[in-house]
Amino acid sequence: MRGMKPEAGESPAGVYRRHLESGVLGFQRCAGCGAAIFYPRVICPFCGRPDPTWETSSGHGVVYATTAVYRREGDPYNVVLVDLEEGFRIMSRVEAAPAEDVEVGARVTLRVDHEGDDLIPVFVLRDEGR
Amino acid sequence: MSPRGKVAVVGVAESDLGEVGPGFTPLDLIGQATIRALEDAGLAKSDVDGLFSASPYYHMPTLSVGEYLGIRPRYSDATSMGGSSFVSHLFHAAAAIDAGLCEVALITYGSTQRSGGGRLVTGSETDPYEALYNPRYPVSMYALAASRHMHEYGTTRGQLAEVAVAARGWAKLNPKAFMREDLTVEEVLSSRMVSSPLGVRDCCLVTDGGGAVIVTSAERARDLDVTPVYLLGAGEAHWHRNISQMPDLTVSAAAESGSRAYAMAGVGPENVDVAMLYDAFTINTVLFLEDLGFCEKGDGGAFVSGSRISPGGELAVNTSGGGLSYNHPGMYGLLLIVEAVRQLRGECGDRQVQNANIALVHGNGGVLSSQVTALLGSESTL
Repeated sequence: MRGMKPEAGESPAGVYRRHLESGVLGFQRCAGCGAAIFYPRVICPFCGRPDPTWETSSGHGVVYATTAVYRREGDPYNVVLVDLEEGFRIMSRVEAAPAEDVEVGARVTLRVDHEGDDLIPVFVLRDEGR
Repeated sequence: MSPRGKVAVVGVAESDLGEVGPGFTPLDLIGQATIRALEDAGLAKSDVDGLFSASPYYHMPTLSVGEYLGIRPRYSDATSMGGSSFVSHLFHAAAAIDAGLCEVALITYGSTQRSGGGRLVTGSETDPYEALYNPRYPVSMYALAASRHMHEYGTTRGQLAEVAVAARGWAKLNPKAFMREDLTVEEVLSSRMVSSPLGVRDCCLVTDGGGAVIVTSAERARDLDVTPVYLLGAGEAHWHRNISQMPDLTVSAAAESGSRAYAMAGVGPENVDVAMLYDAFTINTVLFLEDLGFCEKGDGGAFVSGSRISPGGELAVNTSGGGLSYNHPGMYGLLLIVEAVRQLRGECGDRQVQNANIALVHGNGGVLSSQVTALLGSESTL
C-alpha cells in the first residue's frame, strides 16, 4: 500500500516514525529497481537511485531467525529477524510467546507497541493476530 | 599488480596474555609485543616506517601507538572493521610495501579488557532499529545466524560443541592458552545458555592480550636472519554492518574474500595445511569452513564432527586453541597471523603441524560483517 509522503525537510527517520504513530510499519521501495528497502534511507542500496518512495506493510511475515537472550534474573526474552511479505527484513521480538518456543518459519503479524516515548514494532504469532 | 610473494612476515610476537593485572594499559601491551616482534625479526624500532593498528580504546589508534612507541611513520593505516582489521592491515601493508610507500610495517594491537572489568570492550554504536529489542552484542547476532543454519541444514548444537572441544584439544598443547582443562561435548551442551542456541562455551574468551607483526619486502627479508613467511594472497569483503542487513545469515562475505585470496595465491583449499579461522563463536568455524571451500555449504556441521578438526584430525584448524580456548582480547585477528607464521616456521612444539607450508588466515569482524582472508606460505611455495 502507498505510504506517506515526506514533508519538506523531513528525514527518513521522521517519515518512518509518522507511519508508526498511525499504527503501521512504513518501508521504502525503489522506483527504479523495485527493491523493498529497510531501514529508511535516502538512496536505494541495490541500484543507487535516490529518494525511494514510501509504502506501508501488511504486517504479515515469517520468522527468519530467532534467539532467546538469557539474563541473570528473570526469564529469557526473544529477539527475531522477521521477513515481511513485501520483501524486507526487520529485527523485532515475538510477544506473548515463551522465548525458546519461537521457531524459525513461524508466521507472525505486526503490532505497534508504545513504551514511553518509543514506538516499537513487535510481532504476535499469526493465529493470535487480527 | 599482485603482491604475491613480494612481501614477507619477518617478526611476530604476543604481549603478555590472559590477565595482566591492574594498571597496564593497552598501549603497554602493544609496547611489549612490539619489542618482542622487532627482536624476533632482528630489526630496530627505527626501521619501522609503516604503522597499522585498530582499537576500541583509541579513537585515532595509529596516532596513539606512534606516540607511545616513538614511531613517526611515513605510511599510517587505521582501517577499522572489527576483529578482522589486522588481517586487512597485512593485506594493505603488502600493497603499500609493494608500491614503495613504506618498507617495514608494524601491525599491532593490545587490550586489557579482562583486567579492566571482564566485559568485551567495544566501540560499537547501537543501531536504532535493532537496539529496541536488546539483542546482546555481539553474541545474539551470531546466535541468530546459528538458528538459521540449524533450520536450513539441520546443524545441531552437538556439532557446534565439537568446534569448542576441538579448540580445547589444541589449547591443551599450547602452554600460552588461557583454558587448558578437559572439555567434553556434554559440558559444552550443559554450559550456561547465553543467547540460544549459543551457550557460554560456544563463546570466545574475554582475555587481555595483544600482539605485533612485522612485515617487509621479500628482498629485505632475505637479508635478515629469519625464516621469512611470504604473503601469497589476500582478499577482503564486507556486505553489511548490522545483522538485520545481512542478506543470508548462512553465507558470509568470506565466500568472496576467500576466492579473491585463493586467486591471488594460485592455490585452493585443498592446498591448505593449517587454517586459522576467527572463532568468536562456534558457528563461525562452521560458516568459514563452508564459505572458504573446505566443504559444501550446509556440510560444516558434519565436517567438524568426529574430531575431524582436532589434533590428529583431517584438517588442522585453530591450532593455538583459538578465540574459544587460547585467548580473545576483544579483537583477535592479529593473533591468528602470529600462530600461522609460527606454524609455517615450525616453531609450535607439541601442536606443530607436520610439513606445514601453506596457512590460511581468516579474520572476521563486527557481526559476521567484515571478512578478510590471507594465504601465507613458506619459501618452498614461491
